[in-house]
Parts: sequence; structure tokens; C-alpha cells
Amino acid sequence: MSGTKEIQAKEKQEVSVPAEHTKPGPVFTPAVDIFETEKNLTLLADLPGVKSDKLNIDLRDNVLTLTADVTPWEGADEEDLLIEYEIGRYLRQFTLSEVIDQDKIDAQLNDGVLRLTLPKVEKATPRKISVKAA
Amino acid sequence: MIFRRPFYSPTWVLGSAFEELDRMRRQLDEMSGGLEQRPYRLLGARVFPLINLSENKDNYYVRAEMPGLKADDIGISVAGNNLSISGERKIASEGENVRYHRREREAGTFNRVIALPGEVDADKVEAKHVDGILTVVIPKAETAKPKQITIR
Repeated sequence: MSGTKEIQAKEKQEVSVPAEHTKPGPVFTPAVDIFETEKNLTLLADLPGVKSDKLNIDLRDNVLTLTADVTPWEGADEEDLLIEYEIGRYLRQFTLSEVIDQDKIDAQLNDGVLRLTLPKVEKATPRKISVKAA
Repeated sequence: MIFRRPFYSPTWVLGSAFEELDRMRRQLDEMSGGLEQRPYRLLGARVFPLINLSENKDNYYVRAEMPGLKADDIGISVAGNNLSISGERKIASEGENVRYHRREREAGTFNRVIALPGEVDADKVEAKHVDGILTVVIPKAETAKPKQITIR
């Protein structure tokens, strides 16, 4: 495995939420990759511990919002000896500049990674209108 | 009207210097991660993966967030009291004609050794990887388990 770099441990980034939440607890911003091809905009987000039914993806007015809840996985009889990361909800928002075909959005959650494919709306093909002389 | 703050009077020049020092010290404290608020946060280890370690009567539990890794990518071994977690996180290439807007997810190798606080039964260690969370359950050795002693 020589030649590949070592991963640096990154502390989870906590976000301060503008609106007050009904549920207490920290909120984190997940690490994402976003890339674009001619047809799609794809977003990959690291959401460890999130089950698919606890993940919410919302797109409205060109704002994409990801929220995810995490169920604490520790047993009730366990006592903490060392805590290096905290468990909390995830929240991240993006403003999209492209127009997205909402019906064809595809989301997959595998091993704690969300893959969200957002197909761009095909641009209206310019049509030439010929004027017929009467 | 003049309001006077305790321990500080504008005429005492040294006092304001001390206050300045105090303010700087507070800022430094805040920069070092707000230690007062979260006394349990470990600052020493900066090795991937970050872990949470807990115990109950019978087992130690080590949990790490490792999204996107497959079980095959992770190697776990126990030698004496040391648990080692190693492997590689791969992020597949998305092809040629791709323009990246953001790249925050990291790929790379990792190797971490965790010293467990007590004797363990290395033969019965179990590990699972669900939803990007690695859980290693390490049973305590019989000698290390707490013994209930009845008072006669």
C-alpha cells in the first residue's frame, strides 16, 4: 500500500443552525463531493450511521437540503471510556444553479455514503419558425 | 453617570493591561477547542479512524465512523491488549469528463493501534460494519471481569 497517502483524521464539523431546533443535540455538516457531467449533477455525502428511512432530501426553489437523523448505537449498560467523535444529526444545504429534473432524481445510500444523482433538464432545443406568406 | 466594573478602574493603567492579558488567555482557550465545555474530548490522537471506546461488564466496544468502506477494506487484529485497525479507503474515479465542484471526502490508507485498558480474550473478538459504522466487540478476559463478592 505504499504510494498512497494516509488519511488524516478530521474532526466532525459542527454547524450552528439558524433556526432553533426542537430536538437538542449537535448538528454536523457532512463531507461531500460534488461533480458535474453534461447530463447530471452528482453529490456524494458521507453520512455514517444513517439509515435510509432517517434521511431527508428536499429540493425546493433551487435549494437542496440534506438532513439526516442518527439513532445512537450505544447499549444502555455501556460506560464511555474515550470519546473522540460525537454523534448527532447531519445538515447541509446547497443552492443549485442548474435546473434539475425533479422526477428523475435518484438517491442511494450504501455503507453510510449517499449518492444523489440530479439530472439536468434538457435545454429546450431552439426551433426555427418559418413564416409562410399568405 | 459613570459605571465602574469590579476590579477595574480606568485610572489604574496596569489594571487595563491585566485585563487585556486575561482576554487574550480566554481567546487562546477558546481556540484550543473550548475545553471547558467538553472535558472528555481527546486532543492527542489525530489518527484515522477516530474511535469511541466504551465498556460494560463483559466487553469493550470500539466504534469508528468509516463511511464508504467495505468489510474487505478493513483489517482488524488483536495482539495482547492492542487492537489494530488498518486498511484503505478508496474513492472510485468518476470518469474522464467530470468537473468537480467540491472534493471533501478523502481517500487513503490508515493504520491505528488502540491500547485497551484491560486484559481481553483475543479469540472471541467480533467485528461488524453497518451503515458506515465499524463496531468491534472485545470480550474481557475472565480475570479482568469484576467479581461480585458476597459478604458473609
